[in-house]
Amino acid sequence: MTVLVYTAIALGSLVFVIASAARAVLYARSPMHLRWELYPVPHEHPDRVSHGGSYFEQSEWWKQPRERRFRGELAVMVPEVLFLKALREHNPKLWRRSFPFHGGLYLLAGAGAGLLVLAAVSRLAGTAWLDGAAGHVARWTVAGVGAAGLALAVSGALALLHRRMQDPALRAFTTAGDIFNLLFFVMALGTLGAGYAARPPGSADALGIAIGILSWDASVQVPRVLAAGLVATAALAAYIPLTHMSHFIGKYFTYHAIRWDDAPFGDSRKMSVALAASLAQRPTWAAEHMKADGHSTWADVVTTNPTDEAGR
Amino acid sequence: MTRRARMPDMARRDREPLFRVDPAALPPLSPEPQAPPRPVSPARVASGAEGYDLDGTRVLALPNPTSPEEEDALVRAFLSGLEKLFSRENNWTFLQPLLLSMEHCAHCQTCSEACHVFESSGRAEIYRPTYRSEVFRRLYFEYVKGGGLISAWQHGTVELNWPLVARLAELAYRCNLCRRCAQTCPIGVDNGLIAHEIRKLFSQELGIAPKELHAAGSMLQLKSGSSTGMIPAAVKDNVQFIDEEMTEKTGLAAETPWDVEGADILLIHNAGEVLAWPENPGAFGVILNAAGVSWTMSSDIAGYDSVNYGLWYDDAQLARVALLHAEIARKLNVKKIVIGECGHAHKSLLVVADRLLTGDLRVPRESALTVLRDIVVSGRLRLDPGRNDFPVTLHDPCNMVRLMGVVEPQREILRRVCPQFREMHPHGVDNYCCGGGSGFAIMSGHGFEDWRSDVAGRKKLQQILDAFSDCLSTSIPKYVCAPCSNCKGQIRDLLAHHGAWKQHRILYGGLAELIVNAMADVRPGFIEWEWR
Ligand code: SF4
Ligand code: SF4
Repeated sequence: MTVLVYTAIALGSLVFVIASAARAVLYARSPMHLRWELYPVPHEHPDRVSHGGSYFEQSEWWKQPRERRFRGELAVMVPEVLFLKALREHNPKLWRRSFPFHGGLYLLAGAGAGLLVLAAVSRLAGTAWLDGAAGHVARWTVAGVGAAGLALAVSGALALLHRRMQDPALRAFTTAGDIFNLLFFVMALGTLGAGYAARPPGSADALGIAIGILSWDASVQVPRVLAAGLVATAALAAYIPLTHMSHFIGKYFTYHAIRWDDAPFGDSRKMSVALAASLAQRPTWAAEHMKADGHSTWADVVTTNPTDEAGR
Repeated sequence: MTRRARMPDMARRDREPLFRVDPAALPPLSPEPQAPPRPVSPARVASGAEGYDLDGTRVLALPNPTSPEEEDALVRAFLSGLEKLFSRENNWTFLQPLLLSMEHCAHCQTCSEACHVFESSGRAEIYRPTYRSEVFRRLYFEYVKGGGLISAWQHGTVELNWPLVARLAELAYRCNLCRRCAQTCPIGVDNGLIAHEIRKLFSQELGIAPKELHAAGSMLQLKSGSSTGMIPAAVKDNVQFIDEEMTEKTGLAAETPWDVEGADILLIHNAGEVLAWPENPGAFGVILNAAGVSWTMSSDIAGYDSVNYGLWYDDAQLARVALLHAEIARKLNVKKIVIGECGHAHKSLLVVADRLLTGDLRVPRESALTVLRDIVVSGRLRLDPGRNDFPVTLHDPCNMVRLMGVVEPQREILRRVCPQFREMHPHGVDNYCCGGGSGFAIMSGHGFEDWRSDVAGRKKLQQILDAFSDCLSTSIPKYVCAPCSNCKGQIRDLLAHHGAWKQHRILYGGLAELIVNAMADVRPGFIEWEWR
């Protein structure tokens, strides 16, 4: 049983990392797209960011130094990631449910990372320090963060589910998968929380299990309900990047690679190479005016005037 | 009103529209126009016998298959285009943004509240930004990603048949591509982009596009030089006539330089201005000459028409026209191209085509608004703002503002030359589309003009009425400044449709006209308070 739990946690984490990375690589390797930015672009000069302006507001903009202020991006990214600012602004009703849910997941991730650190330190330095003041503070902090995370994530998921069922606009676009996804969160995290709260005296606590995983110690006793919660949570972690819920990856690209991608071609060698590669592709679009026969490259296609008699 | 449409309705085989606009049931305007709303006459709506009706109007001449085999062939062609849209060799231009928008929608409907078409239709489901996207997304998961039971359960399904394909084609033309919805999406999903890509699929694979954009648009431009049909000799004649009129009207000698090699500026207007609003290119000539700018216009094929309708429906046509523009500038050896008051021309040549132009075709390109701003701010013109002492509000063309970030130059000008300038709300990058965006302003027939005035432009009309709410009396002339040719056309139709000139004396026009109207060296009264 214990080894099964360890294996599930290890596999779940591995699939999460690999599937997330694969998705990120898929997006990152997409060919350079034509510009499609959306203003405001926050890395612009602060004088322009305030009204959503771009470098095109400068006369002879190509002669001016280009602003690319990472600080400006951070000022948008941090509140967006931590507090879901766009949702709060544009859909406050949903934010009141979505924010606890996401906040809960962040806290849970934080508690998980904290546990791993405590477990790693204990493996290296022994467990005696855990009984000291520092150890107590660390353990109680992780426990508090984890408990709050579980409570928020489960109640947030339930609230989202309720809203999805009760709002006709949301219901019309809700698939069986959407409902399953939220139920999966409720079920996995609920079982985890219940299993932990109801574990019999003397059984391993979270830190004990974390240390057990790191040392692959099969003698650690994981009670059944808690084991079920851990396996379900590991399965959930593996499942997330396979679905649209991987928007934590997608969002990085929609913001950085599209909305905020205002890089002018200029003398960029990288862009020249990318464009040359794309222009050498051979399209097969079938409409007559495209003049794309599968042999001609994009360069041929766009330098062909479809209204020429000869269709050169 | 027809019942609330659901996604499966797209595949319905009956000829009833999924929604029909009833002007009386639309959100009220304040103040209400005195003329009662015109019912949409059955004569002006699409005849059901000609195709599967979406909403009682149409912009496409779709094929009319008469047998199941013909229907199948069309559906297969659609599927072939769908696959190509997700392949690197066919759609490298927008593959990454499209994939992201397909994969990550959370179905939260935040975007819907931002869409003027959805809101102004009385929240008709088919105009919800996600309705079109979700139908398309389900087809993507089923036919591009392989489908299967798990996919169907996870993403949902929709029946694919010719009625759905036909309605989807039309539905791609009920979105202004203004991307206001994308701005509010917490994940960055872009429903405007999805509509754009659906349009491309139909154009690039099936050869289906509105005639105004394709046959009489980009094809005509590539053939004769302009989507207006003006050949070089005709445009020179017309501009000479404008020069004469400007000289007479302003008292300043106006002469347009043609094909001047090595000029600082190659000015390219939307050629529609020359025919519909000659005072705008005329005003540019007056300003540039008075400021002593070295400039020229080109009489080369397409060199005198900045429009690039490919931006809205076809990547190949977009690139072809952009290459023509750049090639002309290169040949003339000008220092920069300046795009006149045309939003989509700005976006296509300055922004989107930026990653299409190579080598010496990368001639610097700039907005006319910054050039005008510099002239006004430099003090090179003697200006008397008192001549513009009437209420003026500003429309922000989406292509220039939200999609390009040119927000302040036009305001700097207006604050200097228009003492009664007031903003609409919201404005700047949060503006609402005029309802003519993405080609709608030049599209008509089958009741589409009514649709874009009653539905797509309704929000803009309300914004205009609100901006002038303190001075709606006919004794006070008012001016909506729209520094974009297509927006101007739409605002003209919108004001006329709702009787805003007659009832409130609200006129519209460009930005350059306001500058010339304030020039102390020009005869007073450049802006004529007559409906046009
Ligand atoms: S496009 Fe964005 S805002 Fe609209 S439903 Fe999808 S995730 Fe929500
Ligand atoms: S792009 Fe504009 S018109 Fe189209 S769905 Fe979005 S908000 Fe509506």
